[in-house]
Amino acid sequence: MKRFSYINLVFIFLGGLILLFIIAPLLGMVLKTSPQTLFETARETEVRDSIWLTIWTSMAGTLIFSLAAIPLSYLLARKTFPMKRLVTGIIDLPVVIPHSAAGIALLGFVSRDSTLGQMGSMVGLNFIGHPAGIVIAMAFVSIPYLINTARDGFAGVPERLEKAAFTLGASPSRVFFTISLPLAWRNIVSGLILMFARGMSEFGAVIIIAYHPMITPVLIYERFGAFGLKYARPVSVLFIIISLALFITFRWLGKKRIIN
Amino acid sequence: MLSLNNISKRYRNFALTGISFDVHDGDYFILLGESGAGKSMVLETIAGLVTPDSGIIQLDGKDISNEKIQNRRIGLVFQDHAIFPHMTVRENIHFALHDSDQPCSERMALVESISGRLNIFEQLDRRPLTLSGGELQRVALARTLIQKPRILLLDEPLNSLDTRLKSELRVLLRQIHREGQTILHVTHDYEEAISLGTQVAVINNGEIIQKGPPGEVFHSPKSEFVARFVGIRNFFPATLFRKNGFVIANIGNNLYFRVVTNEPETEGFVLIRGEDILLSSGPIESSATNNFEGRVLEIVPSINGMEITLDIGTPLHALITPESIASLHIEEGIRLWVHVKATAIRFIPS
Repeated sequence: MKRFSYINLVFIFLGGLILLFIIAPLLGMVLKTSPQTLFETARETEVRDSIWLTIWTSMAGTLIFSLAAIPLSYLLARKTFPMKRLVTGIIDLPVVIPHSAAGIALLGFVSRDSTLGQMGSMVGLNFIGHPAGIVIAMAFVSIPYLINTARDGFAGVPERLEKAAFTLGASPSRVFFTISLPLAWRNIVSGLILMFARGMSEFGAVIIIAYHPMITPVLIYERFGAFGLKYARPVSVLFIIISLALFITFRWLGKKRIIN
Repeated sequence: MLSLNNISKRYRNFALTGISFDVHDGDYFILLGESGAGKSMVLETIAGLVTPDSGIIQLDGKDISNEKIQNRRIGLVFQDHAIFPHMTVRENIHFALHDSDQPCSERMALVESISGRLNIFEQLDRRPLTLSGGELQRVALARTLIQKPRILLLDEPLNSLDTRLKSELRVLLRQIHREGQTILHVTHDYEEAISLGTQVAVINNGEIIQKGPPGEVFHSPKSEFVARFVGIRNFFPATLFRKNGFVIANIGNNLYFRVVTNEPETEGFVLIRGEDILLSSGPIESSATNNFEGRVLEIVPSINGMEITLDIGTPLHALITPESIASLHIEEGIRLWVHVKATAIRFIPS
C-alpha cells in the first residue's frame, strides 16, 4: 500500500494551480470565440497573409541561421577554448534582454546607414519594413534555444564513438556528419522546433524592425489597439491553433525520423 | 614493429612517464596493470587520440607521433566496443571501408566474409542495441580487422564478458594472432596475460615497471607490486648473507630463511608461493629447513583452495585444501607450524 504524504498533496495542489494559470486564459479565450467567427477570420486575406508570413519568416530564420548555429553548438560541446564561458553568456544574451531593446539594437545594425544595410541596398534589399528584417529579428531572439539544445545534444554523444570513427579512418568532417550529427539529431530537432516556435511568437523586436508587412503578433496588437479585444481574440485563437498544429506535426515528424 | 620511445604525457593529476617498449611483428603483447595505471592512455596515444608531451612512436621505423589518426594503420577496439548505435552491424563494419577504392560489391563481400569468420553473419542487419556483449565484441573486432591494421590494439576486450564468452573470445583472439595479426592487448587480469601473451609489460602509476616474456615476468617479479599483482602474496624485501656454509635471507623482524641460490651477498626479495608452504599442528620431521610457529590470523576461500594467513612475526600466506582445514581443525587464533623447503624459496636480487 502506498504511504500517504502531506507534502505530495501540497505539491499536487501547487502544480495544479500552475497548470490552471496556463490553461485558464487560453481556454477562456477559445471558449469565447465561436466557430463561425473563427471561420470568418480565417477567410480574411489580411489574416491569412499575416499567418503565412509569420510561418515562413520564422522557418527561414531557423533554417538559415541553423547552418552556423549547429556547428557552433558542436564547438561549444566538444572544444575548450579561452573565454568559452563568455561566449556561452553572449549566446544567452537575447533571452535576457528586453526584446524591444533587442529591436532597437538590431535597427541600428540593419538600417540603411549600417554596413549590413548598405550591403543589402547594393542588391536592392532594405531590411527595414521587409520580410528579411523580420527573419533577422526573429532569429536574433530565438537562436539561443537552438544553440543550447543542440549543444546539449552534442555533449550527450559519447566522445569515444567519435574517437572510434577516427581510428576507423574517418576524416573529421565525416565523423561530424555520420556520427555526431545523427546521434545529436533528437536534440537538434527539438532545438529547431523551439527556435521556430519562439520566432513565430516574437513581437517586440519585429515591430521595431518591420511594422509592415505585418506578422500575426503585430496584427493582433494592431487590431486590439484599433478595434478592441473582440476583434483581436479570433486572430489570436486562430494563430494559437495553427502554431500548436505545426508544433505537434514537427515533433511527430522529428520523432518518426529518429525512430527510423 | 611498433616502438614507443620515452613517451610522456601529463593529464590533470595523472602522468605517463618514460613509456618505452617494442611490439615486434607477430607478437601478442600484453600491457598489464591495475585500473587507473595508464593502460588505456597508452593505447590512445599509440592510436593518435592523445598527443604525447614528449617521446616518439615509430611504426616500421617511421615516426608516426604526429601522423593523422586515420593514416596510422592502427586499429583500436575500445573497452566498451564503441559500436555506432544508429547503424546496423553491416553499416558499422562497412564504415571502416568507406574511403577505400574498392567497388561497392567487393566491399560488401569483404563485410560478409569477415562477419562469417567472426561468426556474426546472422547479425549483419541487426541494430547494436539488440546484440549481446559477446556479439558486440565480435562486431568491434570485425570492424577493426577489416581495415587490415598493422597493429591491433585491444582495450580490456574480455572485461565485461561472462566466463563462457571469455573462453570463446580467447580462442578467437588466439586464432586472429595465429593468422599473423600483431596484437597489443591491455588488461588488469594476469591470467589473461599468461593465457594469451607472448610478451608482457607491467604498468603501474604511468610507468612501465617490468617487461619480458610472461614466464620471466611472472616467475621473477622485480618488484613487490608485480609480485602482488600476479598473485604472489609472500614477497619480502631481504638481505642475503652466508653463514657456516648456508645461504640465509634476513627479511627483518628477526626472521631468517634458508635459501638456495648462487647470488652473492646482496639486497633483494624473497618470494614464497602459498602452495609451497606446508602446515602442521606440531613440529614434524621433514626435509623442510625453515620451520616456524605462528598463529592463524585469517582463513579466506580463494579460487585455488583456502588461503590461511599466519603471523610468524610477519604475515605469511599459505594455500591449502578445505580437506586439510578440516583434518587439522584449523580455525582463526590457533597456533600451527609452518614448514618451507629452502629450495621452494626464490631470492631475486634488487
